[in-house]
Parts: sequence; structure tokens; C-alpha cells
Amino acid sequence: MSHNGNRPLIAVEDLVVRYPVLRGLTGTITRRPQQYVHAVEGVSFTVARGELVALVGESGCGKTTTAQAVLRLVEPVSGRIEFDGGEITGLQARALRPLRRRMQMIYQDPYESLDPRLKVRAAVEEPLLIHGLGGTKAQRRERVGDALSRVELNPPELFLERYPHELSGGQRQRVAIAASIVLQPDLLVADEPVSMLDVSVRAGILNLLDRLREGGLGILMITHDLSTAARFADRIAVMYLGRIVEEGPAQEVVRDPQHPYTKALLSVVPRRDPRERSRPEILSGEAPDAVRIPSGCRFHPRCPIAIADCKQIDPALEPAGAGAGHQAACIRV
Amino acid sequence: MSALLEVKDLNAWFDLDGKRELHAVQGVSFALDPGERLGLVGESGCGKTTTVLGLLGLLPPSASVAGRVLLNGVDILAGGEETIRPHRWVDLAIVFQGAMNALNPVKTVGSQIVEVLELHERARGRAAWRRSGELLESVGIPADRASRFPHEFSGGMRQRAAIAMALACNPSVLIADEPTTALDVMVQAQILELLDSLCRDFGLALLLVTHDLPVVAELCDRAAVMYAGEIVEHGPVDALYHDPRHPYTRLLFAATPDLYGEGVPASIPGAPPRLDLPLVGCPFHTRCDRAFVRCKDERPSLRDLGEGRSAACHLNDVVAEVGA
Repeated sequence: MSHNGNRPLIAVEDLVVRYPVLRGLTGTITRRPQQYVHAVEGVSFTVARGELVALVGESGCGKTTTAQAVLRLVEPVSGRIEFDGGEITGLQARALRPLRRRMQMIYQDPYESLDPRLKVRAAVEEPLLIHGLGGTKAQRRERVGDALSRVELNPPELFLERYPHELSGGQRQRVAIAASIVLQPDLLVADEPVSMLDVSVRAGILNLLDRLREGGLGILMITHDLSTAARFADRIAVMYLGRIVEEGPAQEVVRDPQHPYTKALLSVVPRRDPRERSRPEILSGEAPDAVRIPSGCRFHPRCPIAIADCKQIDPALEPAGAGAGHQAACIRV
Repeated sequence: MSALLEVKDLNAWFDLDGKRELHAVQGVSFALDPGERLGLVGESGCGKTTTVLGLLGLLPPSASVAGRVLLNGVDILAGGEETIRPHRWVDLAIVFQGAMNALNPVKTVGSQIVEVLELHERARGRAAWRRSGELLESVGIPADRASRFPHEFSGGMRQRAAIAMALACNPSVLIADEPTTALDVMVQAQILELLDSLCRDFGLALLLVTHDLPVVAELCDRAAVMYAGEIVEHGPVDALYHDPRHPYTRLLFAATPDLYGEGVPASIPGAPPRLDLPLVGCPFHTRCDRAFVRCKDERPSLRDLGEGRSAACHLNDVVAEVGA
């Protein structure tokens, strides 16, 4: 991360992504003004090598769109994305291709992300073929075996000739991860990597990501599960309606939350120990839709401590809390 | 005094291609008193959903069910569909995970509740519409939304509407199968608060089926932990966390991340046994970190440990502290 003097692996600055709302025929004829879903509205963050950053928030907050924009899978309206020091925002497909190898994605559902007709060997080898990497057949075979051992599918020979349906959910997710790391990427974007898996295997996948992070990989993890983020992330960024409202070292954000939304969100997370039953601060209703963003602070209609100014002032992220590198976007902090 | 709902030695098995059987539920027993909340916890394939579908007589024809389901002391399973039907939705109501699947997309939410009321002869016409408005209000949905369609509701609102529909006949037991699994954490908190108040204010008994231990710890008084088709431990939620008497319970808690917990969650190696093959020994012994010789050969039965607790683990015969 930038704090230790190294340049970040990925630096996102003031990212804006909007999706047009379909107007329909009558809307077009009557020239009803074009409306937009303001999915991401001015998001900035960095991920360093060897760092796991968790983007947390409820559905519709823009966390997945942010991740897709980082990978250039959706086009931002404005903003700047730097990968390893070079801007990639305006790059054409051809210039982007060599970078794609270095940024890989893991999806939520290993039952859907793996081709059911491909054996494990072929699924993990495919990215090498697509990128024309891995040299001879024997060399590719070695890299596939190596990737499988790195995801702890040992011995690899036991798994090479199997089809996805012969594997458990946890094993499938490991194969999906193997297919991502076989290209030796620098950045891994993991969108809810364990939410489809059983509790008893989740920790194994998360510990695996943790070891890959220790090996120098930068990881951007999208999750709605704050307990997972608290345990596995170095930094947490909390999103609400397209904005990061709080960001900082994971333990700072969890133990000393500054933004009223973060506080409310943390208060409703159920705990393992029944003696620690949460005293939930339940916000009424649900986040408004991203077509009609409230004025001023976008959280003010649901905020328990909002004052008149909150309807006018759109707060920016500013240093907050006692810890270094901790920021919140709230005029009442 | 008999309990409100008592399930005794429930078994359910599926016929696979006429030759093999998959024994999905094996000798499950539990009881529920009015206002009580019991969690049925376990991972996918442990038999928790088959248990509730079995006790409601909702399993497909390929399944067979044996055992007793006593409602106020009367066995409703004995006479098959004929004896269950008068009680399903009336005394025992169920809410499923995907509320969208429980609601008909082409009918307004209100008309679907009215349909339930009229079918069970609780109210007709205008009175039924008034009652449907009241039911929606009781789950926190303004009555005037009765004329809306399910797609006009958010996920949380749909789940509330499904709960309102389940409450239509004033059931004494609500069975909720993963009621908050697809929901965001804030909406989950709203639904848990609703279930909590329904139990507290109306004495509704709740059977909460979930894979999510913290949700059970939050809402339930007691929990039964299921593994490979059977209950392996049963007791007050506090005791299960602080003094587990089955290694699976302990390891499952240890695998669950906690917001402020110390240490790193650890997964449980291995996988559950196949239920279409005969089981020898303890079903958990291949994954257990405390297994010994006896566990391989002899299947432990669920034994009473006093203080409302029971567990199926040989360690309870050997040492006092399985959880230590």
C-alpha cells in the first residue's frame, strides 16, 4: 500500500459508473429525460501487493460494479484506474490483453463458473492456452500440477482427470482458484468467494486466499459478510449507494467504526456467542434505489444522527478515528 | 403435560432406482413448547430440510417417512395426508427461503392471503381483505400495499409477505427454513426482530432451520445440531457454544468467523459420509479430531446428559469435557 512507500498495485481514483435506465418506446417518443442508475459515484481506493482489501456493503451498493470496472469489464463514465503504475482506463482491448493475465477473477458460484464438460486438467490449462503461455505440453502439465498443489488439491494426479460434478463445492472453488493463479497474476478479484459454500469448508478457502496474499498477491474481495471481512481483510471499505462511506484498517473499522452506517451495519451482525447477542440498531426500510440519490449526504434519510446540514452537504472521506489511515465521510464525525 | 409439538424417532428415506435407499433422516426427535424457539442447524445435506418437509407430509412420493409427529399429544403423521392436512398451515405453518417461490407472481399479495383465508374458511370477501391488511400490518407492511404484486416488493418485503401468509390461520408453530439466507444483513436483522416479536407477543413456537450458527445464537433458546441425517447434539444455545459435547458442534463454531473473535477460523477437513451406503461407527469419525478406536466400530446414540442436553459421542463416556 502507499503507506509503506511502495506504489500500489491498483489505484482507483474518483471512479464513476452509470447504467442508463431503459426508457421504452413511449419514453423515447415523449423525450422523457434519460435516467441513470448511479452505481458508483466517485470511489477511490488502492490495493497493494500482499494486501487483501474487502469491499463490503449491502446488495445494490455498487461493490460488484466497482470490481468489474477495476477489471475493465464495465466502462466507467469517468475516473482513473492505475494498474502497477500505468493507467488502464483508456486502453483498447489489444493493449489490455497482456494486463488481463495479471488480473484474475474468482466468482461466487463454483457450480456455475466451471465448465461441466471440462476435466480439472483442461479447466486449469485453458487460461494458459488462451494467453499462449506455458510452453510445451509437458511444461503446461507441470504448471497445472503446481497450481493444483498451491490450492491444496493434493496429490494433483488425484484430481486431474475428474469432472466438476465429481468434486465437492469446496474442491470446485479450489479448482476455480487454481485456474486463476495458474497465470501467476498480481491481482485477484474475488466476488463473494465463499458465500455459496458450507460453513465447514469456507474457512479453508479463506485461509487459502490468505496464504496467496502472503505470497505477494493483491486481493480485492467483495463481500456482504462483515465477520469474514473482519477476520481476513487488511483493510475494509464500506460502501453505501455507490460511495465509500468509511475506509481503513480492518480492525479499526470493526472496533472503532466512525460512520453511522458502519455502526448500524456492525450492530446487526449476529455473533457466535449467545451471551454476546447483538444490540441491533436496526435501520428502517432499505437503501433507496440508485436512480434517485438523496441530496446532500446520501445516507441522511436513514441516518439516526442526521441534522439539517446533512441534506445539503455531500461529505467527502476525511481522516477519522484514532488509527492511521482511517477515513469516514460524515460531517458529524 | 405433553409438548405443543413433539417429533419422535422421525426417519425419512428416498428410494434410489429401486435398489438402493438414501437414509436422509435417521431417528430425529425433538419437542417444542408454546413461544419456544428451536434451531435446527447443519450443513447442506444433513437432513434438516427433509426433517421439516417430512413432519409436514410434504416430501415427494419417492420418499418414505416413519416416526411420530405429535401435535398436542395427537399423532398427525399416523393417518398420512388425511390426518396431516387439517393441521398444515392451520397449526403448523412454514416459510421458505426464496419468498419469490412461495408467492404467485401474477396475483397481488393481498389476493393470495385472501385465497388462504377463504380456502381455510377463516373469512370471506370484504372481511378476508380486511384481515389480509391486518396480517400485512402485523409483519410491518402498510395495509394499502395489499394490491401490489410480488415483483413490486423488495426481497425483505416479500419475505415479510410470506410470513404474513403463513400466519393467516393463526398457527401455533411457525417453521422457517433459511428465512434470511438470501437477505442482506440489515434486512435479516429486521426479519429476525419480526420473528422474535411474533414469538414473544403471540406465543408462537418457532422451528428455525438454518446453516447459520450465529443466527441461531441470536434468536433461539435451544438448538439441535444435525450431521449425516441425525441429531448429534441438542441443548441450550449457550451451552452448545460454551461447553459443546460433540466435536462437530465445537468444530462448526470454530469454523464460523466472528466479528470480534480472536484467532483464525479453521475448516473441518473431509466430507460427510454418503447416506446411501451403510454407516459403520460414528458418522463423524473420519473428520473428528478426537476420534478413538471405539468410534470406528460402534455408532454412538444420542444420550441424555442432563440439564436438557444430549449428545451422540463416545467421548461423553470417557472424559467429562469433550469441548475442552
